[in-house]
Amino acid sequence: MSTLSVDHLLGIKYLNRKDIDLIFETADHFKEVINRSIKKVPTLRDITIANIFFENSTRTKLSFELAEKRLSADVVNFSAGQSSVKKGETLIDTVNNILSMKVDMVVMRHPNPGAGIFLSNHVKSSIINAGDGAHEHPTQALLDSYSIRERLGSVSGKNVVIVGDILHSRVALSNIFALQLLGANIKVCGPKTLIPKYIASLGVEVETNLKNALQWCDVANMLRVQNERLDVSYFPTTREYTQQFGVNKKLLQELDKEIVVMHPGPINRGVEITSDVADSGQSIILNQVENGVAIRMAVIYLLASKIK
Amino acid sequence: MTQRILLSAKEIDIILHRLACQLQENHLDFSNTVLIGIQPRGIFLAERLTRMLQKEYKVKDVKLGSLDITFYRDDFRRGDKTLQANTTKINFLVENKKVVFIDDVLYTGRSIRAALTAIQSFGRPQEIELLTLIDRRFSRHLPIQPNYRGRQVDAINNERVSVLWKENDGEDAVYIEERL
Repeated sequence: MSTLSVDHLLGIKYLNRKDIDLIFETADHFKEVINRSIKKVPTLRDITIANIFFENSTRTKLSFELAEKRLSADVVNFSAGQSSVKKGETLIDTVNNILSMKVDMVVMRHPNPGAGIFLSNHVKSSIINAGDGAHEHPTQALLDSYSIRERLGSVSGKNVVIVGDILHSRVALSNIFALQLLGANIKVCGPKTLIPKYIASLGVEVETNLKNALQWCDVANMLRVQNERLDVSYFPTTREYTQQFGVNKKLLQELDKEIVVMHPGPINRGVEITSDVADSGQSIILNQVENGVAIRMAVIYLLASKIK
Repeated sequence: MTQRILLSAKEIDIILHRLACQLQENHLDFSNTVLIGIQPRGIFLAERLTRMLQKEYKVKDVKLGSLDITFYRDDFRRGDKTLQANTTKINFLVENKKVVFIDDVLYTGRSIRAALTAIQSFGRPQEIELLTLIDRRFSRHLPIQPNYRGRQVDAINNERVSVLWKENDGEDAVYIEERL
């Protein structure tokens, strides 16, 4: 139980329960570290990590970079926008060039699903997937489950509903895998056009009425309406989406229990979630962000310890 | 595996009393002193000494913390196993305090080197002392010596000294075992 079963973190699909437990236990210790006045440990002083982002990101990139720096790793950043990728360089060439400069680990975000898996088969380096298209976003799912565990004591047996655009969401898919491994019950809720057809094959139920879904759940994970990915019209108007699938204070007050509200960020205030919910005590959105650093430190630490 | 007993429960009890007295001699009412048990095995000794100081030597307030050194060790990535961390619990400032590190066995000194680095994250202590139940002589890799020692032993490298505690292992005893 003392080592991860994988050499890369490409998706939750490739992890087992023991891996997640190990990551959570390790993250507990890093959470204590990042709450000290000196938030840094010297563990990874001989490791260099490249953050390669082919897609925009604020939170994830910052969170990874902070995690790396708090472990004392050397960090190089690379954004596709200002790079030779624009000149036509291939992904493998780009990464191999970076690795020739003695980089030990690559954190990559890429718009194509499976980009991390492809890379892990072709380059010698430990790869962490920081989001690959609509496929997986494993560290987000880990920090979401970790935040549920922190707030509710455990994930097992809890009812979790994921609300919004399930079709385009890597957060949803990774969350489903992680929550299933940890023994939670999962439903998804959203416009039928944004629920993938295969969802039943994952053992996930669909609920199209938000109020029923909220009444059932202990935790509601509100996904962002990803306007940049919605190439055609999946719902008539944003206003109609908000009326049917947006969560607000009134809706929560009508429930006979107090549920926990999550959001992976960035929030469209007033669309999928209103400000009075996002900023309330029921919301653990900022805890998610804090836990993100601890979880990423744990993942990096555990993978780096396997680099020989 | 051959095993012989180094200290019995009775001997450990006598030694703990002596160590408690020595600590008290140097730190009196412990108003400016904090005890830090080194994880994972030093915490049992630290807790035992703290209880003894409070109950039998009537020291009112003994501050006790536990320090995990995993992320400060110098053998990261050098073995096959991932080093697994333990809980650090220090609910007080060590700034300008006298710190006493407590560990069960002092061997190469590398753990204590890591602890010296780790404690810096909690402030700048006035001074740091080291208390250890077993001091394995002639096996140090670093210039580190204890201020308080229970028993000094000569053990060769393929021997292992294990300290057992009633609350964790069912008995108080120190064994020396030959590793095959």
